[in-house]
Amino acid sequence: MTTLRNLLSLLIGLVFGLGLCLSQMTQPAKVQGFLDIAGAWDPSLAFVMGGAIAVGLVGFNFAKRRRRTLLGDPCQLPAQGRVDARLISGAAIFGVGWGLAGVCPGPAVVNVASLDAGAMLFFVAMLIGMAAERLVLNALAGRNGAVVEED
Amino acid sequence: MQIDWAHFTPLSGLAGGVLIGAAASACALVLGRAAGVSGVIAGLVPPHRAEAGWRLAFILGLLAAFPLAGLLGLSAAPRFLDGKASLALAGLCVGFGARLGGGCTSGHGVCGLSRLSLRSLVATCVFMIAAFAVVFAQRHLSN
Repeated sequence: MTTLRNLLSLLIGLVFGLGLCLSQMTQPAKVQGFLDIAGAWDPSLAFVMGGAIAVGLVGFNFAKRRRRTLLGDPCQLPAQGRVDARLISGAAIFGVGWGLAGVCPGPAVVNVASLDAGAMLFFVAMLIGMAAERLVLNALAGRNGAVVEED
Repeated sequence: MQIDWAHFTPLSGLAGGVLIGAAASACALVLGRAAGVSGVIAGLVPPHRAEAGWRLAFILGLLAAFPLAGLLGLSAAPRFLDGKASLALAGLCVGFGARLGGGCTSGHGVCGLSRLSLRSLVATCVFMIAAFAVVFAQRHLSN
């Protein structure tokens, strides 16, 4: 069962990655062309989002009603959480990085396979950023004696 | 506002989006998980290691997509417009911010919006505005 699950996960990642390549989300210039609304604007990525969400709405509508997956495991989709300062500051910092390089985590992983030096540099920096977030939150929690909430 | 018609690719964009949405849906239905790439990676890092198997498989699938897309004539090596320092800073922000905000473009932007999550709608609006602002500053305020 675990083998089947992992095999399907591999396939899902592959289709996800092919979608990122086909839509050119993996090309920083393409992404930044979309983000440059004041210049020569390339609205293509709005079509990527639109296509993904149109299909996703149908898929998640089914998934949300299920307590178990098609393989019979318990569903572990995240619960609806609060809108708080942590969410907003995190999204803002993420957006700054996304705008600066034109790369988000999915394409960052796909691009590692190109062995491009810039792609590798971005990926490693991203991992360091993720580890740093953990360290900072743990340090803050230690100081305040609070427990870090996990998404 | 002027449209960059020369680079406008609505059909491949839509088709790519459909593949992404199909993969995210399959992830939810088959694995019972949100296909948020930053979240998938974060679960591989101690001390919150959990269920490494499907996560590693998903990442391997993403990596395999590049050569496969190359065979299909769909992908080329990424060309980065920015220097190394800028790329490193961007990577740090993307990793740090995605974890702090509980998701990235895939987790909030695709899965969250598909689930009609208010949290994800707010996150998506905030990171889009931040990214628009950064590119505006980079391209139209400098020099």
